[in-house]
Amino acid sequence: MILSERNTLFRLILIDKLLIGILRAGAMLAALVMLLILFFLVDESWPVLSKLSIVRFIDDASWHPLEGAYNLMPMLSGTVLTSVGALLLTIPLSLASALFIVFYAPIHLATLYKRLIELLSGIPSVVFGFWGLTTLVPLINQWNPPGASLLAAILVLTMMILPTVTLTAYTALAAVPEELLRNAAALGLSRWGMIKGVALPAAKTGIAAGIILAAARALGETMAVLMVAGNVVQYPETLFDPVRTLAANIALETAYAMGDHRAVLFVSGLLLMLLVMVLSGMAGLLEKQRHA
Amino acid sequence: MRETMPIHTWQVLRDRIVQFLIYASVLLISAVFIWILADLVRGGFAHLSWEFLTESPRDAGRAGGIASILVSTLLILLVAVLTAVPIAWTTAILLAEFVAVDSAFGKAVRFSLHVLAGVPSIVFGLFGNAFFSVYLGLGFSILSGGLTLACMLLPILASTAEAGLRTVPNAYRMSASALGLTRTAALVHLILPAAAPVLAAGLLLGIGRALAETAALLFTSGYVDRMPDSLLDSGRALALHIFDLSMNVPGGDMPAYASALVLVSLLLCINILAMKFAHGLQRRKIMT
Amino acid sequence: MNSSQCTDKLDTFTLGPLEAGPACCDPQPAIQVRNLSLLYDGKAALDKVTLDIYQGCITALIGPSGCGKTSFLSAINRLTDLIPGCNVTGKILVHDQDIHHPDTHAQTLRRQVGMVFQKPTPFPLSIRRNLSLPLNEHGITQKTEVASITEHVLRDVGLWDEVHDRLDASALSLSGGQQQRLCIARALALKPQILLMDEPCSALDPLASGIVEDLICRLRGRYTIVIVTHNLAQARRIANYAAFFWVSGRAGQLIEFGRCQHIFESPSHELTAAYINGVRG
Repeated sequence: MILSERNTLFRLILIDKLLIGILRAGAMLAALVMLLILFFLVDESWPVLSKLSIVRFIDDASWHPLEGAYNLMPMLSGTVLTSVGALLLTIPLSLASALFIVFYAPIHLATLYKRLIELLSGIPSVVFGFWGLTTLVPLINQWNPPGASLLAAILVLTMMILPTVTLTAYTALAAVPEELLRNAAALGLSRWGMIKGVALPAAKTGIAAGIILAAARALGETMAVLMVAGNVVQYPETLFDPVRTLAANIALETAYAMGDHRAVLFVSGLLLMLLVMVLSGMAGLLEKQRHA
Repeated sequence: MRETMPIHTWQVLRDRIVQFLIYASVLLISAVFIWILADLVRGGFAHLSWEFLTESPRDAGRAGGIASILVSTLLILLVAVLTAVPIAWTTAILLAEFVAVDSAFGKAVRFSLHVLAGVPSIVFGLFGNAFFSVYLGLGFSILSGGLTLACMLLPILASTAEAGLRTVPNAYRMSASALGLTRTAALVHLILPAAAPVLAAGLLLGIGRALAETAALLFTSGYVDRMPDSLLDSGRALALHIFDLSMNVPGGDMPAYASALVLVSLLLCINILAMKFAHGLQRRKIMT
Repeated sequence: MNSSQCTDKLDTFTLGPLEAGPACCDPQPAIQVRNLSLLYDGKAALDKVTLDIYQGCITALIGPSGCGKTSFLSAINRLTDLIPGCNVTGKILVHDQDIHHPDTHAQTLRRQVGMVFQKPTPFPLSIRRNLSLPLNEHGITQKTEVASITEHVLRDVGLWDEVHDRLDASALSLSGGQQQRLCIARALALKPQILLMDEPCSALDPLASGIVEDLICRLRGRYTIVIVTHNLAQARRIANYAAFFWVSGRAGQLIEFGRCQHIFESPSHELTAAYINGVRG
């Protein structure tokens, strides 16, 4: 009796099988993209990676790719400095914003402010860069020329990663169980005592994961930094010196680079990607820890 | 009670200070945000007109409008979305509905998408240049730009769709199965309609990301600001237009403001629509 | 406990008529379970259950939470296939056919063995579509036939008079009790021989619960019903047979199975007696 109606059944099983086949093919393709990217980055970098020792990227006299001098360190330091500076500014501002939404603001103000942050996160980097170029850079120039500088890059980057950190911190704080907070309040803790003693520790892995993700984003950000940082290859001595980041360097030179020069640019792309992968791996581990 | 008073006053003071700092930060952020928006609106409105939207750029963009650029942008978006959506959504359906969470295949795919999501857009640009433009010989074209963006969109579309499918109550799958429905039928008639708002929201978010993208298009879709004749023509995207006007064209600020205003308004509309959709699922609208 | 009590009650309710089925409690096994064990991720949830479920009767599964009653139910229509990490061993024969035999397809098995869940689970579709979707899927696509089955099953569950003028309204607009009856109707539309019910009344208010309970009584004879319930009074009211499950160690075990009267009035196992009298569990 159960074995009856083989015919309709056969058709149905076939459709199910077909569907799963299609789905699998799609998923394979999606997974393949990552491998393809890695392959092409390595493939394009290979002429240089196989020929030159890695030391050259650190040890060469300067970055003069047309004369075969490939020192990436000034650009790497530019990348790290802008990112660290932006993170230092972003972390307190974002935490304040998240705490404001979760604990301080009345409900409608909290929703409004959260919307604002979400909209801020939707502004494209080229618009931030443009605004920095037309508004921020002239302002800094009046104060301490030339204007296009490490400081301008840090400020623009801060605005760009602030929404990421704020929204992840908000999610982490909002996920703290209500009972914990009610218990803390019942013990007579003040608002800040409750936040510092209970809410922040409970949400700390989520917040940390958000900060790491933002760091990854800052390292890889290209357009906004390219437009305001001045793009001089040097180790900056003050906040007002222009710098060039790895990503900006790729954007500036790939269009005309040939031969080894092009390969070195792909090496720096590979380097950028590995840095970002390490960071997002760390964020992933933190997330896993949180859910475990 | 009386002995604790000094501690208490200190606590009140401390709470006040913290509260002040928090409100100050929030005010600062809001002020900067409004400053940016006001700047864009002030600078953009002066130059924005119907002609600006319907004429092609002249004199490197200083005069004329952005019509050809809007067309190129739309074409790049179309290529990106039409390529990415089928791949991303089939992946999401497989991950959410057909593969156990801890299966090796699912883990591998999810990991690869996770890494892909973190790849900086300039690296996508490098890859797109090496693979689509050079290796596949598509050159600087709308097609290679769109395909590069498609790779960028994959993780966003796949992860939002997977999340959306997972919000569909398991009870639907169980009852459908208990009624002897095949998984295909359950998917087509129940699960996809229920997840549709989230799928739409994810799609809109993806379009927003693609619209905002510049770095990945620098050396894939190219700079040419003429009206494109085919998908193999180079076409300049709106975001790239803003970049070019402000960096490379002296006196290009006014059209750049206007273009930025157009771009931001488009993105605002898309994001607000996406939020509406995502919100719609929570109210679980009924489809008949 | 006998069925007359149910038939007595029938007069006092305004549900539509239901043709009389064969006399219930004919001790002919419809489901034979042999040495059924169930593991979730390697941990046993059900340990070597052997049980016969008789045709046309209502069999109640009782016992404390977490003793594997729901798992047992899901194993019968192989809904356990959908649960990742779930491993079933042992043999289940439904009408003398092995449900784990490679030739037995889950879709067909589930058509023969309907299931009703604890929470009403109408699909977010119209009332009509809720019933027609599974029918279409099983090859019944003719409009008139679907319509007649729809009316028939809705009458069976006493929902016809309440909803016949708004069949295209969303099923989610129904009350909890109506939703649950719709789910039962949906299961009945496929003409199953066996109906599995997982605490079908526990998410309903007492009034709705009474109506559904009555409906279940009236299905006796025509369907073999296996019902999980935490409500001992309900089990006693409606069931012909009762199976008492208990957790020993981690895994659920079948402690005692027998006629309802026997289980409730003179249980042979002391755990059963203790549970029935509310001492434990």
